[in-house]
Amino acid sequence: MKIMVAVKRVVDYAVKIRIKPDKSGVETQNVKMSMNPFCEIALEEALKIKESGLAKEVVAVTMGPSNCVDTLRTGLAMGADRGIHVEAARDLVPLSVAKVLKKLVEVENPGLLILGKQAIDDDCNQTGQMIAGLLGWPQGTFASKVVLDKEKRVATVDREVDGGLETLCLDLPAVITTDLRLNQPRYATLPNIMKAKSKPIKKYTPEELNVEIKSDLEVVQVTEPPKRKAGVILSSVDELIDKLKNEAHVI
Amino acid sequence: ASTLVLAEHEGGSIKAQSLSAVVAANSLSQDNPVSLLLAGSGSSLHQAAEKAATCHPSISQVLVADSEEFAYPLAEPWAKLIQLVQLKGDYSHVIATSDSFGKNILPRAAALLDVSPVTDVVDINGPRQFISYIPDTGIRYGYQETGQALHQKYFGVRSTSTSWLLVKGHRVMILNCVEVCRPIYAGNALCTVRYTGANPCMLTVRSTSFPVPPISVDSKSGGASISEVDLSTLDEDSVGKSRFMKLSSQDTGRPDLGSAKIVVTGGRALKSAENFKMIEKLAEKLGAAVGATRAAVDAGFVPNDLQVGQTGKIVAPELYMAFGVSGAIQHLAGMKDSKIIVAVNKDSDAPIFQVADYGLVGDLFEVIPELLEKLPEKK
Repeated sequence: MKIMVAVKRVVDYAVKIRIKPDKSGVETQNVKMSMNPFCEIALEEALKIKESGLAKEVVAVTMGPSNCVDTLRTGLAMGADRGIHVEAARDLVPLSVAKVLKKLVEVENPGLLILGKQAIDDDCNQTGQMIAGLLGWPQGTFASKVVLDKEKRVATVDREVDGGLETLCLDLPAVITTDLRLNQPRYATLPNIMKAKSKPIKKYTPEELNVEIKSDLEVVQVTEPPKRKAGVILSSVDELIDKLKNEAHVI
Repeated sequence: ASTLVLAEHEGGSIKAQSLSAVVAANSLSQDNPVSLLLAGSGSSLHQAAEKAATCHPSISQVLVADSEEFAYPLAEPWAKLIQLVQLKGDYSHVIATSDSFGKNILPRAAALLDVSPVTDVVDINGPRQFISYIPDTGIRYGYQETGQALHQKYFGVRSTSTSWLLVKGHRVMILNCVEVCRPIYAGNALCTVRYTGANPCMLTVRSTSFPVPPISVDSKSGGASISEVDLSTLDEDSVGKSRFMKLSSQDTGRPDLGSAKIVVTGGRALKSAENFKMIEKLAEKLGAAVGATRAAVDAGFVPNDLQVGQTGKIVAPELYMAFGVSGAIQHLAGMKDSKIIVAVNKDSDAPIFQVADYGLVGDLFEVIPELLEKLPEKK
């Protein structure tokens, strides 16, 4: 079985973002970029499945401008066997990403598609559900545990839902999106980073895949969230209880 | 305009947060009849439908889909159901709440309908229509408050039904246009997006941003019509490929972190899992949910699902109490929309004090026991 993993290049999670003065977006020039943390978890899960002998190959896919290849190399250094880069100039909405992925799935025929549940830049939390819908595959979103049964061709997935864990059984092929608890992603070692340089990356354009990139969403503006007013420093527990009771009325 | 709201029900009633989606539908347009879609099987579904029919004046219709397929919230049949209902009802908007139910199902349904959904909406700027393209007139596009005003300007008559206009002999498209605001970068920025696509515009809304005002008895609707959805054309393509096994709820007797009115959070300064129990005790006393910072989770004090922050849960309770939390940006991202924030920390320079309404500089090992002693018992 082959596993396909989608990875996204985003502003590193530790960076304090800056909003562009013209409010057109968030500054990404000269900012540290990394692989989306949820995508790292997705890739780690695929690699673990491969290491347990249940999959033969892990293919990492990314979309975006040419510098997204860096993220793909990170994925190859973590252990993905090869990469696919779909070169697209502009930001793609999740529907477009899902449509491109669908075409790649038709080319590659993976038995499992794993994605992060969301990217930490646009926080959309949509792509996995959308590609599953387009393919007509079952979906296991927000996964915190995945168990594959190769004989029965099913995946048992624990999902983090509000107030508990839901367990689903999915027929393969299926789409899984990863939540934080699923695993701890590995770091790429130096020898593996060197090895990754010779791993193959195949390039496509959306046109070659016959996907029309259109967007039914326009960004009007990106602004700072309202700042909280500075509060007061109190001197005692009694004062705190009094304020919470009689000023804020929250207890 | 007309809106389809995907509602959840439990124990014969619709869930409170589903009404937030109805409130959101109201802010799209005054004149916006809401059809509430309820699915499930058995008597509790029909009970919920009866209650839903009279619970809010904006609800004009309750659609009931009764089938074993909907006994569990599986995305595959539910997304198909939304597609089916949309194709029949041609709604201008479809709204669900941004919980694990809505977020799982709505994007899948959007893909089936070939539109881009907008998730986690916290504000709606109201409906607008605009001319998208006028060839040879020099006008690229212009905004109007309503389609009527637009139509009147060019034709001198009022009409809203058309989505095409003739301007100086050219066909012009009028697009349905909704502007909504949603947080990005875990709430560190707010992004206003304009939806310019085909019907329906599909949204998931944060229930904390669309509070449901108390509805007085006399303003309650006399009762919306209840009708059964014809499921004979629900195609079985992807249905049955996923099966519900079980739901294990963490029954701690405490409210859910995502929807609790009060959240009590501990950071690394608690030093051990044993000490963290103080936080749990305090939470019990307040009837609160327990949260933790990434550092406390990584140190093994508590399980991951209690983590509040950019990569954990986003919370916005009435009262957020942080003990021994320094206030790293990733943590602030998960809680800074709380109504009242209390911070207790030994370090008076801790960044958490910059967002706290009430700060107490002190040792949490002294403050928490004192709070436990002096706080009134929860009602």
